[in-house]
Amino acid sequence: MDLLYFFELFVGGMIRGSIYALIALGYTMVYGIIKLINFAHGEIYMIGAFTALIFASVLSFTGMNPILIFIIASILAISFSVGYGVTMEKIAYKPLRGSQRLSALISAIGMSMFLQNYVLLAQTSDFLPFPELVPDFKFLEPIKYLISSTSFLILITTAIVMIFLTYLIKFTRTGKAMRATSQDARMAQLLGINISKIITITFVIGSATAALGGVLISTHIGQLNFYIGFIAGIKAFVAAVLGGIGSIPGAVLGSFVLGWTESFGTGYISSDYEDVFAFLFLIIILIFRPSGILGRPENNKV
Amino acid sequence: MLDILKYFSLKEMKKSLIISLWFMILTFPIMVIKVNTIENTVIWRWGSLAGMGIGSFFLATLWRYLLDRKKMQSPLSSKKTLQKRVMEWSDANPRAKQGALIALGIFIVAFPFITSMYQTSIMTTALMYIVLGLGLNIVVGLGGLLHLGYAAFYAVGAYTYALLNYHFGISFWICLPLGAGLATIMGVLLAIPVLRLRGDYLAIVTLGFGEVIRIVLENWNEFSFGPSGVANIPRPGFFGMDMKLQAATIYIYFIMIAMVLFTIFVVRRLENSRTGRAWIAMREDEIASEAMGIDITKSKVTTFALGAFWAGMVGVIFAAKTTFINPASFTLWESVMILCVVVIGGMGSIFGVVIGALILILLPEYLRAFSEYRMLMFGAILVIMMVFRPGGIISNIRKIYKFEPKPSPADAGKEGVK
Repeated sequence: MDLLYFFELFVGGMIRGSIYALIALGYTMVYGIIKLINFAHGEIYMIGAFTALIFASVLSFTGMNPILIFIIASILAISFSVGYGVTMEKIAYKPLRGSQRLSALISAIGMSMFLQNYVLLAQTSDFLPFPELVPDFKFLEPIKYLISSTSFLILITTAIVMIFLTYLIKFTRTGKAMRATSQDARMAQLLGINISKIITITFVIGSATAALGGVLISTHIGQLNFYIGFIAGIKAFVAAVLGGIGSIPGAVLGSFVLGWTESFGTGYISSDYEDVFAFLFLIIILIFRPSGILGRPENNKV
Repeated sequence: MLDILKYFSLKEMKKSLIISLWFMILTFPIMVIKVNTIENTVIWRWGSLAGMGIGSFFLATLWRYLLDRKKMQSPLSSKKTLQKRVMEWSDANPRAKQGALIALGIFIVAFPFITSMYQTSIMTTALMYIVLGLGLNIVVGLGGLLHLGYAAFYAVGAYTYALLNYHFGISFWICLPLGAGLATIMGVLLAIPVLRLRGDYLAIVTLGFGEVIRIVLENWNEFSFGPSGVANIPRPGFFGMDMKLQAATIYIYFIMIAMVLFTIFVVRRLENSRTGRAWIAMREDEIASEAMGIDITKSKVTTFALGAFWAGMVGVIFAAKTTFINPASFTLWESVMILCVVVIGGMGSIFGVVIGALILILLPEYLRAFSEYRMLMFGAILVIMMVFRPGGIISNIRKIYKFEPKPSPADAGKEGVK
């Protein structure tokens, strides 16, 4: 019995971890390229979820097949979120390139507030129910108490996204350019890499994964409002830092570690202090490894 | 000189039109469609789409004009800023400067008597943010350490007074130094684990620290009364006199004025002290300053401790002013707000922080007419400020030692300080 409880917490933590990972990937990629904590990343996630909800509700009135609706709504959500991400970069971050990092950070905070209130004013402050679109998978029947079909979908998607991103960064020309930009933007520019294009691509990928996360998590939880992005963003950021910000495997590892910490902490100690476990764990890890679990120590140039 | 009319030429209009079309598509789902999930109906709001199109057309034009103008002004332009002109004017006319200061002083003293209690209360809040901003300025502006958990120290001060008063009936004036002291100790405690961290790692750990304090206050019911907070905190006494609400409001206003003056005095002295110069050196280059013999550990601990000191003190006054506190007053947004005061005002500059606090607190209060759009506008202002004036409203003017071109024999070797 105890072992079963442990196992339940383990799987629960893994699902949490995959959720964080989907958001943390975008965070870490943007950070890797332009060294900016993109506070508005959580808002992109929220807008993705909202767009999906709107289209899914409208389409479900037409009586379409739920799976088809889910796919169409996800694609639309991803495209719109990418649009928001790229536009945001052009407005709030591009003019600040090369200025102080604190100014860019404040700009990101402003953007986050703006987008939150934009959705609040244009839509509603209430929690909206997300239509149930994902059918129960037959083959999950025997382990239904452990893993639902939506959480199964989240696990699979995270795995695919991670493999895709690793491939993209390690083995393609674009990935090479991204790595070069992250190492030394000025040098990369001198060698003929179009930095603006690389940054745009990064925001496209980051926003797309965030929107995907938004859609999947909202189907999993079943409801959303304008504020979900902020908390998710902070948690994902903690995960990214825990793993070593700027590193893709680090973000995923950090997310899983964070998911497990929270899951076991709430399961065995107390559910009131969920966030405290996350932050305390982060502080302890950073004391012993100041640049995260997989982060490379920063070189000090003198 | 750029002419705004140029931006209404055919070519530029086409550009703006494309941008506005892009925004119309982008905001389509959120602005136009509204789903009523209870009655399962869809509301189509085409009017807002048209508004979005027209609005973004003009904004895009204005945005490009302002960006181009910013690009044309080189950072080394010899154009005198307003701030420089004011400084030169005050240097040239010491008597007028004195007069202006006296007028300002009279205005400050007369303020609570010529305006309503509501205005006085808002002004007191603004004054509190000035002190908070100056305190955070020590950490962020002088020490160069990004701190996102500043509200935690503020909470420590507020809860010190609230709880000590609730349990032991200790008065405001004793709690003021106690709250500040406890916050300082917390600052040192936070500083020790984060000594090795830099940049964004530091930011996230301080953020986490702030959240941990808030969550503990929210959940530890036996200690802090949980989310319902502490109520009926007494206002500060004046030699045991009982005061009406209005008198108490004015009294707190004057306490805050005294606090602001005291803070400005101390921070100015600190800035030019050995410690302050060590902070600034640390901000500019940690390794180089260490090589020059500055104790980085000591500098970091002192920035955190002294920064926390002011937050603790203002926390006590906050608890006394509102007479009710709960953990919801000390969220991450509070820390972000104080950081915005520092950055918008101008990092490292005392005058900038004062102006920043006044603008950030008073502006939203007087924008109550648009109260719904307040936060939206606030977010937009932050972005716009940073894009067009990343140094803040009043950027810190560095001391420059200038050699006089032709030193007369009498003051040879003497350097003019400007």
